[in-house]
Amino acid sequence: MSLRRVVVTGIGAITPLGSTAPAYWEGLAQGVSGAGPITRFDASKFKTRFACEVKNYTPDDYFDRKEGRKMDLFTQFGVIASDEAIKDAGLHESGVNKDRVGVIWGSGIGGLTTFQQESFNFAKGDGTPRYNPFFIPKMIADSSSGNISIKNGFRGPNFVTTSACASSSDSIVSAYNYIRLGMADVVVTGGSEAAITEAGVGGFNALKAMSERNDDPATASRPYDKDRDGFVLGEGGGALVVEDYEHAKARGAKIYAEIIGGGLSSDAYHITAPDPTGEGVVLVMQNALRDAGITPEDVDYINTHGTSTPLGDGAEIKAIQKVFGEAAYNLNISSTKSMTGHLLGGAGGIEAVASILAIQHGIIPPTINHFTDDPELDARLNFTFNEAQKREVNIAVSNTFGFGGHNTSVVFRKFRD
Amino acid sequence: MLAKMVLFVPSFPQTPTEMSEIAEKVKAIIIDKLGVEASEVTPEASFTNDLGADSLDTVELIMEFEKEFNVSIPDDQAENIATVGQAISYLEEHAK
Repeated sequence: MSLRRVVVTGIGAITPLGSTAPAYWEGLAQGVSGAGPITRFDASKFKTRFACEVKNYTPDDYFDRKEGRKMDLFTQFGVIASDEAIKDAGLHESGVNKDRVGVIWGSGIGGLTTFQQESFNFAKGDGTPRYNPFFIPKMIADSSSGNISIKNGFRGPNFVTTSACASSSDSIVSAYNYIRLGMADVVVTGGSEAAITEAGVGGFNALKAMSERNDDPATASRPYDKDRDGFVLGEGGGALVVEDYEHAKARGAKIYAEIIGGGLSSDAYHITAPDPTGEGVVLVMQNALRDAGITPEDVDYINTHGTSTPLGDGAEIKAIQKVFGEAAYNLNISSTKSMTGHLLGGAGGIEAVASILAIQHGIIPPTINHFTDDPELDARLNFTFNEAQKREVNIAVSNTFGFGGHNTSVVFRKFRD
Repeated sequence: MLAKMVLFVPSFPQTPTEMSEIAEKVKAIIIDKLGVEASEVTPEASFTNDLGADSLDTVELIMEFEKEFNVSIPDDQAENIATVGQAISYLEEHAK
């Protein structure tokens, strides 16, 4: 059977840089940091007291009070980002057959705020269980895709992928597969996360995974800098409407880009540490390029996982050099996490949006906060340090890797008929 | 806090226009949890048929009543509380 072509016809984002996809792109292109002191809770006793929060967020701006109260923050971000993408794609206006529209969302954790709040409440009581009936439906990770489908009446495939920080690249690859196999015509995909809570920050601090640069939050996320000291926690969501090309053409949809490949692999090494040999990461990019039917020379831009951790950044770059060889020197490489922080299960969603808009605008968003070269990294590579660079982008690859050893790469190409 | 205040409210006959403190509080909880207008919360109003509550909303309402009035409402009795008026009468009878 022949596989169908898959295109992106809508985008949406709510991020620490801006609460719509255009506002997010403006922040990326200008190299803005989304980091600041934590406002969601009193972090004064925490090792890390800053994060990349979605700014000035009020649920009432988006939901009526009863509706908002029944969704954890990560689901709210998911509904907001997907609403933007669905509107952008004009799905409702086109009168699409909703039986053929799916929702495949990504979340690494699910409703952490809800889980934490209900546990606090129980601990404060006398042991009598007084759990709220909305506790479980708010907390479970798939309440995001469930709410998106309920709101829009989409009755196609519906589930959530969970693979830590690779979650929403896995959702996008799944959406791509379901459409190219003919199991749906349209899928709303991407992912969201909201883990800036006591449990989230305390938990990641215990893993020694996060930056503790409390005296200068805005420069804390500095992938590939010699003095990087861990990731900066972010929150938000990114959404794509992906669609069978013939379906998109028939309804006259605007097309942002084409998805031409997806790769998946596993480190099979350690539950949190990246494999220093980078073998799993080599494999995932090889798998993606093979699936896309392209060679390393065809790629213009890699939006890297690059979380600003001492081990992870180096392993990914070594893997890129192994896969791309000499062609690595012709790539633009950048980690937009230097600006957004790390959205965990939402990272693949917003980074897909960044990769697609890089293709659309012919601009590579930068890796900001570069001060000192890391002697361990090949200085001949173009890390797009500090300022955006103009470049015609035909093919962009988005990498994400998650705790558990999950690796996922998605390949986007400029759309041509 | 309010539950404690309710403890000391003397019970005297109500005039038709005057609501008991319990009734006021019940109404406030319903408005808050179901996101409805005060004018909709009449004694005859059914949680599910008139005020848009689903089965989970109803469970949550009962739990809020238990917490606010320091009572425990057994499941078989909770099933009989379907309207605003039924909630008020139950709580006026059982609130401590």
